[in-house]
Amino acid sequence: METRTVPASPGVRLAPDQRRGRPRAVLLAKLVGAHSVQGSYRALWGYAFISPWLVGLAVFVAGPIIASFYLSFTEYDILSPPRFTGLRNYVYALTGDTLFWPSLGRTFYYAVAVVPLGLLFSLSLAILLNQGLRGTNFYRTMFFLPHLTPGVALAILWVWLLNPQLGPINAALRPLGLGEFPWLTAKETVIPSMIVMALWSIAGGNGMLIFLAGLQGVPHELEEAAEIDGAGPWTRFRHVTLPMITPTLFFNLVLGIIGALQVFSVAFVATAGGPAYGSWFIALHIYNQAFSYMRLGYGSALAWIFVVIVLTLTLINFALSRRWVFYRGGS
Amino acid sequence: MYTLSTVLGVLFLAPFLWTVASSLKQPWEMYAFPPVLLPQVPQFRNYVEIFTDYPFLTWFKNSMIVVILATTGSVLSSSLVAYGFARFDFRFRNVLFIITIATMMLPGQVSLIPRFILFYHLQWLDTLKPLWVPAWFGGGAFAIFLMRQFILTLPRELDEAAVIDGASYFRVFWNILAPLCKPALATLAIIAFIGNWDSFLDPVVFLHSPSNFTVAIGLWFFKAQPLVADRPVWHLLMAASVTSILVPISLFFSFQRYFVQGIVLTGLKE
Repeated sequence: METRTVPASPGVRLAPDQRRGRPRAVLLAKLVGAHSVQGSYRALWGYAFISPWLVGLAVFVAGPIIASFYLSFTEYDILSPPRFTGLRNYVYALTGDTLFWPSLGRTFYYAVAVVPLGLLFSLSLAILLNQGLRGTNFYRTMFFLPHLTPGVALAILWVWLLNPQLGPINAALRPLGLGEFPWLTAKETVIPSMIVMALWSIAGGNGMLIFLAGLQGVPHELEEAAEIDGAGPWTRFRHVTLPMITPTLFFNLVLGIIGALQVFSVAFVATAGGPAYGSWFIALHIYNQAFSYMRLGYGSALAWIFVVIVLTLTLINFALSRRWVFYRGGS
Repeated sequence: MYTLSTVLGVLFLAPFLWTVASSLKQPWEMYAFPPVLLPQVPQFRNYVEIFTDYPFLTWFKNSMIVVILATTGSVLSSSLVAYGFARFDFRFRNVLFIITIATMMLPGQVSLIPRFILFYHLQWLDTLKPLWVPAWFGGGAFAIFLMRQFILTLPRELDEAAVIDGASYFRVFWNILAPLCKPALATLAIIAFIGNWDSFLDPVVFLHSPSNFTVAIGLWFFKAQPLVADRPVWHLLMAASVTSILVPISLFFSFQRYFVQGIVLTGLKE
């Protein structure tokens, strides 16, 4: 293969006589978006390298997403073939299913608390770690450990910690006259308890590390200049540091919302959605409809409604980001 | 500042300390009122018992199989795919890459039901295959994104020079880029390892018999039966939870530098 030894030169087009003699090469170049024989050769190698993902994307991601869209218009229990029912699943979810709207409401209640508080706590911890204290690595590790706890272990651990009679938390609150707080065992307090659990694992997690890196990227000269101009710590933070880290804030916000809306394993393990459906989040509703009752068509419709909600929020986020996210490159 | 950091650190660690202390208790000590922090005599045999008297060893073995196969698959296939995205020009490359990134924004629930149906027809349900085979097909969007970002930071002249010298693209990848990518590959391996170790929704949907469970759903299964043979097992559940936490934590301590770098690398791309 002599083509291999020639450096790829994308600008070079085939000479007319070459073109006449090699119509197939020209067609190939057009198909793969190349401008030369070498370019085609390279492009084919490119496809070869990404081919495992093309298969993976089609079989495990895109294909299933399309399939679930189709299934959402059917009734399907895996044993008999899907039966087309039109919009019935969607109409039932939105108007007939007494668990749907409440489960969506609970999920938003949880997310509306967890996302801003999670951002606030992880940013605060990052600021603390950015003060250049001795032993910063040690503190960073301590803050990060809860994030490494597997979701199931986290749920089990907190079920015991929050046990109203035997748990240490109520034991500590009892002398203050706050004992016997029901935590995970009452409908009204189960979601606030889960918010506390989530914040424990989120505050020092990936978000904190990303904020910390963002803070370390803020040029010292800027803050020093503001200080010379007489800006106090809060003004410096509000008008110098914060604008500089808006890209990391945006990144953490987008991922935080997507993550919080999918809350599942904590509720599934700690309370199984209870008590009295108190922690029956939308992800639990989808799981139960699909896999406990084998209503795979209806479960797909619920999943699609959920995805449309998540995607809409993400798009709104991206649209709003133009107003407040500041990119240094100007792009 | 130091006081604040230390207080916060203790606050973060306290739940662990309580759990570790509980895991060394005797059953009746778990139900003491008011609760006591430390066991009278630490019961280290709790940690033996979960392996000898309960199927924890099987779950541990299953988890290890899944995690090792899935991590290997992710690291190998995602780096090849990332090489394709980072170094080759071809039609639809950018569109395909944007689609890849977009899949990260989609909640997994939307593909779960059809994957369940697919694995049902492949007769893979209640086997470990659904948990690791897909990782060999690109390793997922996050892994590809991470590796591509890293390869783009390496000077292109390096591999172009090798191509001119007659090396095949595969050799360029294997002998030149892969060694330079070691930090990113290590990061990816750790993130994939911990992610697979924690994974809960997929195994709970795809596995049915306790002998095929992974540690994560084994714990859930274990928790759902507080009495085994009329004996309370919460102390054992605590020991099992601590063991399941130790795996990611020890990995984090061994490779902390790579881990932190990797998270920062993906988060700071503007």
